[in-house]
Amino acid sequence: MFVPMNDITTTHEKPRIYVLAAHPHWRDSRVNRQLMEVARALPDVNVDVNDLYSSYPDYAIDVEAEQTRAASADLIVLLHPIQWYSMPPLQKLWLDEVLAWGWAYGPDGNALRGKDCWLVATTGGPESSYHPQSYNRYFFDAFLPPYEQTAALCGLRFLPPLLFHGARSARREDLAAHVEVFRQRLASYPHWPEMDELDACPTCVVPQTDRPAEPDDFAKVQAAAFKGAIKDAFARSTAPSNTEAA
Amino acid sequence: MEHAPVWLVNSLIYLGAAVIVVPLSKALGLGSIIGYLVAGIAIGPWGLGLVTNVQDILHFAEFGVVLMLFLVGLELEPKLLWSLRRPIFGWGTAQVVGCAVVLFAVGWAAGASWRVALVAALGLALSSTAIALQVFGERNLLKTASGQAGFSILLFQDVAAIPILALLPLLAGATASDHAAMTGLERLFEGLKIVGVIGGIILGGRLALRPVLRWIARSNTPEIFTAASLLLVVAIAALMQFVGLSMALGAFLAGVLLAESEYRRELETDIEPFKGLLLGLFFIAVGMTIDFGVLLKQPGLMALLVVGFMVIKLAVIYALAKAMDIPYQQRPVFTLLLAQGGEFAFVVFQAAGPNVLPPEVTSLLIGAVALSMLVSPLLLVAIDKFILPRYDTKSGPALDEISEQQDAKVLICGFGRYGQIVGRLLMSQGKTVTVLDHDADTVEGLRQFGFRVFYGDATRLDLLRVAGGATAKAIVVAVDDIEQSLEIVDLVNEHFPQAKIIARARNLTHLYQLRDRRVPYIERELFESSLRSGRSVLEVLGWPAHEAREAAMSFRRGNLQIMNETYPHYKDRAKVIAVAKEGRQQFEQQMARERALRKERSGRGWEEDVKEAEEELVP
Repeated sequence: MFVPMNDITTTHEKPRIYVLAAHPHWRDSRVNRQLMEVARALPDVNVDVNDLYSSYPDYAIDVEAEQTRAASADLIVLLHPIQWYSMPPLQKLWLDEVLAWGWAYGPDGNALRGKDCWLVATTGGPESSYHPQSYNRYFFDAFLPPYEQTAALCGLRFLPPLLFHGARSARREDLAAHVEVFRQRLASYPHWPEMDELDACPTCVVPQTDRPAEPDDFAKVQAAAFKGAIKDAFARSTAPSNTEAA
Repeated sequence: MEHAPVWLVNSLIYLGAAVIVVPLSKALGLGSIIGYLVAGIAIGPWGLGLVTNVQDILHFAEFGVVLMLFLVGLELEPKLLWSLRRPIFGWGTAQVVGCAVVLFAVGWAAGASWRVALVAALGLALSSTAIALQVFGERNLLKTASGQAGFSILLFQDVAAIPILALLPLLAGATASDHAAMTGLERLFEGLKIVGVIGGIILGGRLALRPVLRWIARSNTPEIFTAASLLLVVAIAALMQFVGLSMALGAFLAGVLLAESEYRRELETDIEPFKGLLLGLFFIAVGMTIDFGVLLKQPGLMALLVVGFMVIKLAVIYALAKAMDIPYQQRPVFTLLLAQGGEFAFVVFQAAGPNVLPPEVTSLLIGAVALSMLVSPLLLVAIDKFILPRYDTKSGPALDEISEQQDAKVLICGFGRYGQIVGRLLMSQGKTVTVLDHDADTVEGLRQFGFRVFYGDATRLDLLRVAGGATAKAIVVAVDDIEQSLEIVDLVNEHFPQAKIIARARNLTHLYQLRDRRVPYIERELFESSLRSGRSVLEVLGWPAHEAREAAMSFRRGNLQIMNETYPHYKDRAKVIAVAKEGRQQFEQQMARERALRKERSGRGWEEDVKEAEEELVP
């Protein structure tokens, strides 16, 4: 295809979106699956959808690949059902492993700085249950600070979450409307009406003295040693005769 | 007292001698062949003199060799035989011609007439198929490089005996005129006869033999099937005799033709005892033919002859073994087995006749061959005692066997596909690992990939000790062989109680046997990978990967539970089946309950859900 010169020079006018879809049981999903499918089917939008539980059914996350994908996106979408007032375990593991010290936060941890983060979540309970007088005892906002602060520490702007309450019992029309909102939002990003009113991401500087204690470093050293050994083994097994000759 | 019939007396002598001497010889660690030979010497003309008609017995007992080759043929499918064509003709020719040329040169140089030297060289170049195959079989070497090579060469010798025998009349200059009387037409007829008989055997073996055997088997009379098996071999031997070919070769051919038939096992079990007895008789007969008269008259010459021809053959065949790339641990046995004289030599020397070989030379040569057949099993014992152990413990040029004390925390016994995964994982974590494997090819191959693998048999306590058994924290038992695995576990439990055993189980019974020995970590070798494949199938059927994993994990738990429940009863087959059946039923019910629960929770089935989702997606 012929592309005019000036199109290439204006860097990616099409925003890139990385959707992390996490649902441990897609077969039980009524809302999230439709949201994921609609994200996958979007034409003309640069969306990378990662179905976490299918990519890593054994919880062995490829950290390097995930960092590459996350770093190349303008918007990171966290799409999942709320479980026990939080995210599904694999999504949490993804945060634990991918948002590493020195990469996502801490000194030189600027890989995600300036990007956006958007939570798209569903709850089983209806909106009315998230109330001091109901069984969930808090407004839903009370459960968001861990999300918000995770984003803030990485320099991500936390966009207003898109929530869908009472996912099991919702009417079909409401569900369809919700899916359509999600679709339009993805398609129109970053030109959302509320964007101008949003505050910039607060800056959180983690001092060097607070860097994670040795265990983390140790783990890193180990991981590096492991990777080196594997590479060695591969090199040896692919060219045994050469090493012999050498 | 009435005179007992000859066959009864003879049976009494042969069976009695064999039954007394062979177990004795075995108990002394000398093997059965020496036992038979000694029994033969004892009852023969130079021993107690109980038997005098040695030649008759020898001819009769040669049938044992025929039966043996039939059995060897049964083990060899035509495809395998075809793949051996190169070793048979290539290495076979090299061995026979190589040995014969050197022997001839030495004999001629030593002052023998060229005719005597040639016949002696050709006869001495042959080896004893009976002893060699018996030894290869006893030592489980038939499938190894040396076994295959030895077998190929021996097979070639059987073929080569035919032209050698045909050559003899030509050498007998004076009598050549008799044979010249044979016109070209007669020769053509002879040739046609041979081609016809071999063609008939192949065609008959392919087409007729199986239906006939089926028909006989249907009669449901076991002894008739046995009789038919024997008849088959006898008939083929007779046919071959009729056209002047080697009986053994014909029997071998018939065996090969039946190797793929459904009756192979039955034929084997029927023929086996006859072969064993006749072969024993054959060795006894060889023992009886040793002419101690000649030996005593010229002991120096005889010794020189035996030592001379065996040394020459040893040198030529060892060089050949090297050229054939036979692993060096197998070379001594291989070389010795082919270096001894063989039963075909008897035939050749006797068929040569007085015009070629003077009678005293004939008995000298026959004595030398018989002596070599007596000496080689003894030498074999010496090799076992003195040469082979050195390969196991001392550093050699290609394989530095384990000899220096190792002190790695991890010792892996058996480094095949299973042990390798374990070892490579550990090495990737920077752990030093000591690896013991008893397969020389594996060890050499892995060395080339840079692994530190030691050659050694892990069922030997001294090697386990040198490998660091006493200081290891973990000992991985990953050998193929169940017996060996249990043996190693017993040794470790007894001598290195500080080490935790991680064992590979070949099957459930093996797993239970390991449990009996309190092995803490046992893994069925195929279980986890089969579960993985099961997961893949579910994914192909449209299941999300994570849910396939959960299903597999749930199944895994259930399976392990059933296994635990059956463990106390594993020696009682009926009980095992009952417990396993019940456990499986319970497990399936539980799975069904889980499925129902899931359906209830999601409010509908997955399939209709998918359809709905698709409908909504399609604009």
